[in-house]
Amino acid sequence: MSTYAQKKGFGATVWDYLTTVDHKKIAVLYLIAGGFFFVVGGLEAMFIRIQLAVPNSDFVSAGLYNQILTMHGTTMIFLAAMPLLFGFMNAIMPLQIGARDVAFPFINALGFWLFFFGGVFLNLSWFLGGAPDAGWTSYASLSLASEGHGIDFYLLGLQISGAGTLMGGINFLVTIINMRAPGMTYMRMPLFTWTTFVASALILFAFPPLTVGIFLLMFDRLFGSNFFVTAAGGNTIIWEHLFWIFGHPEVYILVLPAFGIFSEIIPVFSRKRLFGYSSMVFATVLIGFLGFMVWAHHMFTVGLGPIANAIFAVATMAIAVPTGIKIFNWLFTMWGGSIKFTTPMHYAVAFIPSFLMGGVTGVMLASAAADYQYHDTYFVVAHFHYVIVGGVVFAILAGTTFYWPKMFGTMLNETLGKITFWLFFIGFHLTFFIQHFLGLWGMPRRIFTFLEGQGLETGNFVSTVGAFFMAAATVVLVINIIITTVKNERVGNDPWGDGRTLEWAIPSPPPFYNFKQLPLVRGLDPLWIEKMEGKKGMTPAEPLGDIHMPNASFIPFVISFGLFVAAFGAMYRLDYGWGLPVLIIGLAITFGSMFLRSVKDDHGFHIHKEELIDEDDNKGVKA
Amino acid sequence: MKKLAKWRLFSLLALMALILSGCGKPYLSTLQPAGEVAQRQYDLMQLSTIIMVGVIAVVTIIFLIVVFRFKRKDEQIPKQVEGSHKLEIIWTVIPILLLLVLAVPTVIETFRLADVSAMDEVNEDGKTDALVINVRANLYWWEFEYPNEEIVTSQELVVPTDQRVYFNLKASDVKHSFWIPSVGGKMDTNTDNINKFWLKFDSKGAEKANELFYGKCAELCGPSHALMDFKVRAVPSDEFDQWVASMQGIEEPIQPETALAQEGQELFNQSCIGCHAITPNNASPEAARVAPNLTDFGDRAYVAGILENNEENIKKWLADPETLKPGNKMSKTYGELTPEQIDALTAYLMELKVQE
Ligand code: HEC
Ligand SMILES: [Cu+2]
Repeated sequence: MSTYAQKKGFGATVWDYLTTVDHKKIAVLYLIAGGFFFVVGGLEAMFIRIQLAVPNSDFVSAGLYNQILTMHGTTMIFLAAMPLLFGFMNAIMPLQIGARDVAFPFINALGFWLFFFGGVFLNLSWFLGGAPDAGWTSYASLSLASEGHGIDFYLLGLQISGAGTLMGGINFLVTIINMRAPGMTYMRMPLFTWTTFVASALILFAFPPLTVGIFLLMFDRLFGSNFFVTAAGGNTIIWEHLFWIFGHPEVYILVLPAFGIFSEIIPVFSRKRLFGYSSMVFATVLIGFLGFMVWAHHMFTVGLGPIANAIFAVATMAIAVPTGIKIFNWLFTMWGGSIKFTTPMHYAVAFIPSFLMGGVTGVMLASAAADYQYHDTYFVVAHFHYVIVGGVVFAILAGTTFYWPKMFGTMLNETLGKITFWLFFIGFHLTFFIQHFLGLWGMPRRIFTFLEGQGLETGNFVSTVGAFFMAAATVVLVINIIITTVKNERVGNDPWGDGRTLEWAIPSPPPFYNFKQLPLVRGLDPLWIEKMEGKKGMTPAEPLGDIHMPNASFIPFVISFGLFVAAFGAMYRLDYGWGLPVLIIGLAITFGSMFLRSVKDDHGFHIHKEELIDEDDNKGVKA
Repeated sequence: MKKLAKWRLFSLLALMALILSGCGKPYLSTLQPAGEVAQRQYDLMQLSTIIMVGVIAVVTIIFLIVVFRFKRKDEQIPKQVEGSHKLEIIWTVIPILLLLVLAVPTVIETFRLADVSAMDEVNEDGKTDALVINVRANLYWWEFEYPNEEIVTSQELVVPTDQRVYFNLKASDVKHSFWIPSVGGKMDTNTDNINKFWLKFDSKGAEKANELFYGKCAELCGPSHALMDFKVRAVPSDEFDQWVASMQGIEEPIQPETALAQEGQELFNQSCIGCHAITPNNASPEAARVAPNLTDFGDRAYVAGILENNEENIKKWLADPETLKPGNKMSKTYGELTPEQIDALTAYLMELKVQE
């Protein structure tokens, strides 16, 4: 079993990734797929901004615009931001807690492939008669009225990829609960692990409502039920509740890991431990908890009545408190520190005021009576882009530069990284700041054009200019990645020099078993503790022994592929005779391979002690 | 980091310039409130903005100090601080107090704006003393029914200034949302239920807006969601009463005067009357009212809510509504019209006036 040490051909590498159950390779898959969808969603955003650059533009038609705006939102949330964060969670979290993999490596792979096939399915709608066009919220009356199969692509695609996300979340939860290294108590876990933990718990509770909602809508559209058909006694408001009971926690599913990434970066480049660690943990948990109590603030204008509106308004405002705690804790981590302005730190520093802007407009929106004015206008568009771009995308860009050496063993170019940062930072504020005002001046969101003489021309033009800056930043980032990969200059364990947590104690990239010997954790920031005592690395918590590893498997791919096939069958069942057989074949593939997995014993394999010692002798072996 | 500071200064200046120059248009902007509801909402906006700018200012000061003072100068390891209970209590308690300052008026206003008790106070005739208007949102047009006055109009809402106007809101196809930005926040028109709220149109604000406010659909409803505009004519109450009286006076379709318009009327009666009513009474059931009521079309300022109402634009609309409003429910329902027919119909439509 030493094949893992050999250099592989292209075909073998592809096969390796198709069958891998290694969390680090799955992380790479998430980054590639998420990065791809990020570019797709970004192109859609550019089309939106080009269309809105001038009044009465006919760059895209009204119907096509609605498809683009729907796919932009859906892609960015479900297929870009979440998978990219999942990528970091997969790559880093097991290392941070000193584990050799996640709890269920097979399910981890299954989660990825489900997400991937769901995303591909959703995007194939572009080529198969038109994309969904009812917004990422897909409110029931409109989505039921929508013709063609666009909405069906949305429903089936999200159902499949959502199942993957749910599995991923459960897997992370179990991993963090069960697989921490000796000494890694809960209150010694790095903040990124904590936020992964809370975000995973949110996934566990937030995705089922979405699944239910999507199922009901799918039955209405494909199988003639009437859950949301008003004329037949159905109720569309129920969809709105189900969607937002999922949708609001979703925001925290995205933003908590982003907080986590910044909570790692700021201490490292300030050379100072996170200020108020326990209050940070407390705030994270509290945000997660409150995140479930506020969904109706997306529905203030629906007519729920003043009592509901008032309660949800006050609950929403309450979230500002733990968020504020975090902001101050970050600032005071830097206070008295020794700050080095690397590229990741640029993002972290810029994140604080940018995200703060999104936070304060969030409080403004929480004021129900005033929200009647903001709701469904560009003010809201500005608000959530400040939160999601200023928070989550900044974190993803920061995380990419920060963890790149750990994941790939090379360092992204700092100059290009800073160029990306400045272009993105300027473009971001240029695009979205003005949109607050556009909303207040009376511009509703989701409009494919605006007419002259309403005072909206300048603002929209400025916003479009900003979008081009962000596009340029993305191009520079891609160039940076290519250059770095070609140059291939290898780095050591702790390339930033000030790593504090366990991931920086092992090689970059780590060997496939991560830790030869599980480390002994003696406190928060375990590596930092050892370094301050003059030691080079972690003290092992166990003698060198055999390591048990899981076998690679092609089955996750096949299970997901079966659902992908079945989805086509379900959708075209009424249009074509082949629909029903395809549905059955697809399900047969899925359940057949699940059956196979259940009956075939797979005990994994052991890496023997001797091989591990061997490795020490011939350094530079590729994992 | 110098660059960052400069940039912040610049954006602050830009912000000031914006605030000074740009409050939007008086007929469309929420920043130029022209009624009690919008005013109360504007006050809440200001209150929250002041609080939030205060918070931003404090954070910015700390932020700037941190960024400039604690830049790495040497390789020394700074003191590792665990936290500070005192500080943590401060930045927990102060925000809570600030939020209370905002929460209390928020709750009060939320209840105040939802107070529609006047809609339930019915007099002997089974009518309300308050002015009530039933708004029905349809794929891309609006119907306004005055149940007490027993009249219907479309696309252009007519209201009296300086008194509360109550609304029943609903949608007949998919969900829309009823919004007159400068007069008050929006409320959804659902397919499931009737929503109620009130607005007040300020006479001074109406003057500034030339008596014509812009109204919008604020909920994505299909391709022409962006074009689902309506207009609001807010007039002094005596003028409003006059308008009501002249509408009520029309029991038979208005007879056109010129020969061309009479020709148009004939055409209209053949191809259009199945959808468009030209008498204002509300006796026919809603399901039969599938298109804008055109009784007072000639008085309206806009065609289909988006084009200035003049001969040229009416012709454009009749010749090709699809390009003007993609996906609208009139396109391709009345056969091809020759230019002559369009001329005749236009002449007729322009004579559909209830006021001089
Ligand atoms: C199938 C029903 C239908 C028929 C037939 C029809 N229309 Fe329409 N019409 C509509 C609808 C629906 C609208 C609203 C369009 C929109 O704004 O989305 C409309 C809008 C209009 C408007 C603009 C109304 C306003 O207040 O701004 C005019 C004018 C008009 N139609 C004239 C005509 C004429 C003239 C004919 C006959 C040649 C005609 N329509 C035939 C359904 C119809
Ligand atoms: Cu609408």
